[in-house]
Parts: sequence; C-alpha cells; structure tokens
Amino acid sequence: MTSVSTRDRGAVASPRPRAGQRTARLRESLVGWGFAAPNLVLMSLFLFVPIIWALILSFQETKGFGDPEWVGLENYGTLVSDPVFWQSLGQTIIFTLVTVPIELLGGLGLAVLLNSVLPARGVFRTAIVLPMVISGVASGMIAVIMFYESNGLVNKILNAIGLDSVGWQSEGAPAMMSVMIAAIWLRLGFNMIIYLAGLQSISPELYEAARIDGASRWQQFRSVTVPLVGPSTFFLLIMNVIASFQVFDLIFVMTGGGPGNSTSVLVTYAYRNGFQIREQGYGAAIGIVILIITLIFTFIQWKTSRTRDLAE
Amino acid sequence: MAETTTVVQIADAALLGEKGAARVQRRRRRQSQTRKGIVWRTLIATVVAIAVIFPLYWMLVVAFSPRGEVFEPGLRLWPSTLTLENFAKVFDRVPVIDWLGNSVVIGVIVTALTVFVNLLAGYAFARLRFGGRNAVFILALATMMIPVQAIMVAQFKLVSGLGIYGTYWGVILPGAAAAFGIFLARQFFIGIPDEIIEAARIDGAGHFRIFLQVVLPLCKPLIAVLTLLTLMGSWNDFAWPLIALNDNALFTLPIGLLYLKNQTSPDYNAIMALALISVLPMVLLFIFFQRYFVQGFARSGIK
Repeated sequence: MTSVSTRDRGAVASPRPRAGQRTARLRESLVGWGFAAPNLVLMSLFLFVPIIWALILSFQETKGFGDPEWVGLENYGTLVSDPVFWQSLGQTIIFTLVTVPIELLGGLGLAVLLNSVLPARGVFRTAIVLPMVISGVASGMIAVIMFYESNGLVNKILNAIGLDSVGWQSEGAPAMMSVMIAAIWLRLGFNMIIYLAGLQSISPELYEAARIDGASRWQQFRSVTVPLVGPSTFFLLIMNVIASFQVFDLIFVMTGGGPGNSTSVLVTYAYRNGFQIREQGYGAAIGIVILIITLIFTFIQWKTSRTRDLAE
Repeated sequence: MAETTTVVQIADAALLGEKGAARVQRRRRRQSQTRKGIVWRTLIATVVAIAVIFPLYWMLVVAFSPRGEVFEPGLRLWPSTLTLENFAKVFDRVPVIDWLGNSVVIGVIVTALTVFVNLLAGYAFARLRFGGRNAVFILALATMMIPVQAIMVAQFKLVSGLGIYGTYWGVILPGAAAAFGIFLARQFFIGIPDEIIEAARIDGAGHFRIFLQVVLPLCKPLIAVLTLLTLMGSWNDFAWPLIALNDNALFTLPIGLLYLKNQTSPDYNAIMALALISVLPMVLLFIFFQRYFVQGFARSGIK
C-alpha cells in the first residue's frame, strides 16, 4: 500500500473463447453497475434530484402556503439589485481572502516547526490537531463565551494589558474578526497535518545539497521546502477555499450574520431566505450561485489533478 | 519529481515512512543542531500549543464553574470552586440522554450505511470494468463539492415529499449520500494484488463473495479510517439536521446545543457543560485512534 498508483488495472480476464468472453464481459458490467448502484441511487436521489429541483425552484416564487408561481429570472434579477446579497458575497470573499492565507502559512510554519528536532513532538502535534474533531457548533459556543462583549475573557485580557474592550458583538468589523479567528483555530490543524505529510516526503539529500552550496535556513525554506510542498499547497488551497465559501456553523452560532448584516455570508444568507424569511425560490437562487462558484473550483481541481495523472 | 508525486503518495511517505524523516533529523542533529535552537523551537511550540488548547480548557472552566462566575469582573483563569451543578441543570432541563442517543443512532447508521455503499462502489470503480465507469466516477467525486446549503431548500422539499421529514431517516439517508469514501476505497482496492482475486475466482467465488470474504478482510485499515471519518462528520453535522429535525426529542447534540442557547436567558455554564458532553466522545475517539485519524485526514488528500 506504500505506493498506490492511480493507473487502472481493471479486472483480469482469463483466456476464454470469444463468445464466452463477451458474456463474461457483460456479466462483469452488470456486476459493476450492481456494486455501484446503492451509492449511486442515494446520490442521485439526495444530491442530483435536489440540484435540478433547486434550479427549478430558483425560477419560482413561493408565497405563503399557496402554489409556487413561475417567475422566470426574477429571483436572479432581485439578487443582482439586492445590496445584502452583494454584501454577503463580498464578505464571503473577504473571509476567504483573510483566513485561507493564514491557514496555509500557519499550517506550513507549524509543520516545519513540528517536523524538526523537538522534545515531545507527538504531544504538540496532538494538541494542535485536536480542534479538528470539535464540532463547529461547540467551537462557536466556546467562541461566543470567550468573545462575550461585557466581561468576556478576551476583553478581560485586553483590559488587563491596558487596552480597551472591543465590541465583538456590537460592531461589524470585530464581529467578523472573531468569526475568522474561530475558523482559523478550527482549521489550522488540518493544514498542519497535510503539510507535515508533504514535508516528510522531501528527500533529505536535497537539504544536504543546499547546505553544501551554502544556503541559509531561509534560503533552504524558500528554494527547497516551499516548491516541494507544492502539491500539498494546491490541495489545501482548494479545500480551504471551498470550506471558507461554505462556512456556516460558526457564523450561525456566533453572530447569526449580525450585527446588521456585517457577518452575513452566502450560505447564511441562503439559509435565512430559505428557512427564516421563507422566500424559498430566492433562497434556492442564492444556492445556485453558491453551486456555480463551487463547481468552478471543482472544475479547476479536476483539470489539475488530471494533468497530474497524465504526468505519471 | 514533484510534479509526479500525488498527495496520496506524499501522505504514504509521511505515515508509513517515518524513516526518511528520522534520517533528516539525525543528519540535522549532527550538523547544525544547537541546543539553543531546540530551546527556542520548544518555546514557540509550547506557546502555540497552549494558545490552541486554551479554548478547550476554557470550556472545562466554564462547565465546572459556579453560575455566572466567569462573567464577573476581574480576570480569573480557573473556577473558585469546582461544581457539578451545571451538569445537573442540563440533565434536569433538557433531554440530554435522548440527544446523546439520537446522535449515536444516527451516527452509527449513517456510518454503517455510508461505509458499506462506499466500499461496494469503490470496489466496482477499482476492479470491475463497466460502460460509463469513468464518467460516473468523476460525477460521483464532483458531488463532494456540493455544499448542502446550495441545495438545502430543494432537499428539504424532497425529504418532506418522501414523508421522512422530522424522522431519523430524514437525517440518515441524505447524510449517507456521500462520495467521500469512494475515492479512498478505490485507491485501496487498486493496490490489492491481482493474484489474490484471481485465485478466489478460480476457486469459483462470485464477485460479491470475493468482495466480502477475500477483499474486505484485507482492508481493515481502510475500513477503520472510513468509519472514523464518517462517524465524526455525522456526529458534528449541523446544517442538515437543523433543517431536517423539528421535534426536540429527536435532536442530535449540536442542534440540542443550539436549542439550549436559544432559551430566553442563556445559561452559558450549562451550555458549556452540554458542549463538553457533546465533544467528549469524539475527543476520546481521537485520542484512542489518533493514528487512524491522522492517516485518514492525510489520505483523504486527493478528492
């Protein structure tokens, strides 16, 4: 299992007469579809059907308990002129642009640190990875208490070192910052683990050679480490961007999108429209936008991993 | 060399070949490793580790503190007295045992179902030849990128239409519609030597028997990884159960946590007590099966 090739081997067919071979192939085809079927049925029913349904819903308007009305592109028209939608999209992008680089750099930095000679490395690794298993809701609750505006721990610490309290719940920018900090806390461990895996595949000889050439630590990091963890960086970039575009639990629990709409992001706005205001058609239209953005990223990743397969 | 290395291979090298890393370290130690460097690095690692662990420590402090104490003026980093009153209150006020039970039932069924159908499909994509195989495989992988929030309104209508809204099955079935394990399973099955399967074939075993009696017993690490990751995903899931459940007796722990918080005057000590109850099973699981967790995460590398 040490070196898994992505090349297909397929099934091995033993030599048989031609007609027998054809039946064998047919049988294998049936068995293949049979094996894949339970998974495919579940996915078709609960993922593909809803996608198509969401698309249809996005062209409809639901009023109370009445029948949905076909309104064509009206929901998308509303979307374009809806300031809260643009604000939510902008905040989604800001959230992504701030958290992803910190997660990547922090993850790589920690991986390098915890890959070096260090006493009790295992303990440090466990500690930093641990938040990964905590649910978004529990993390959000912990963050709510720590960032509590009046006499929460964070403000108390700020006061203790002579700074003013921050309006984590009443002001937009600090509220967003508190959500970002919680998200980074939750995801840093995952980034570190993947980078650690990447680092350990780098051949020690490369560092040796760099040292002989007189490269400093920083130069070794820049010219050996960073390029050689490229595949990990690429993978993490995609995973982090997608996770950031889908950040829901933390925001829902910590701020509910507030104060005002200052921490509203696409998914919380879609939830609000679909289930709180009950404008289901409009909520579905926002969902379609999220889906399109996600598909673009999926496509990029698929393209790139295909080139990688071909290179092998 | 870098271009031809997949993330999975990197992960393998990391997880199975600590030897390489050990070699780097020996060499480094011999050459430029100073005592001072180690001290500095240990210091930085300690500070970061404490910062990361601190919120979890704070959960413990709040859960075991007398009510309201953490919000009193003055910086206090530990409880004045350790108390269990918050836990007593939680058990008194909300159906914790039900919620725990729901989380376990849903988690176990989702996990068993998902892992089984993923293994079957992974086997098909790895070892069986059928028309449209590659297209379907790519389509299946693409579904992993679909955020539940993008299609939740339609999913909600679907589940209502099927008459399973507000039931276990309304949470379980959409939860099990996952391609997550297919890729992992496929990679694993491709690595099984042809000879083993061929030998079983010659003995006259059908594909399903080969799968159950020959292939699965060889895949214990794969099954362990898939089980842990799926269970954790289901246990921590929030968005979908929030939509699919309406009866407070059927809530899972994350939804119950939100329910407790939404009460008129939130009792944060009680909330942290419940939060602790909700995260403890996964933390313990993580500590016991750490190797598999890490392996699983690193290996879920390529999507």
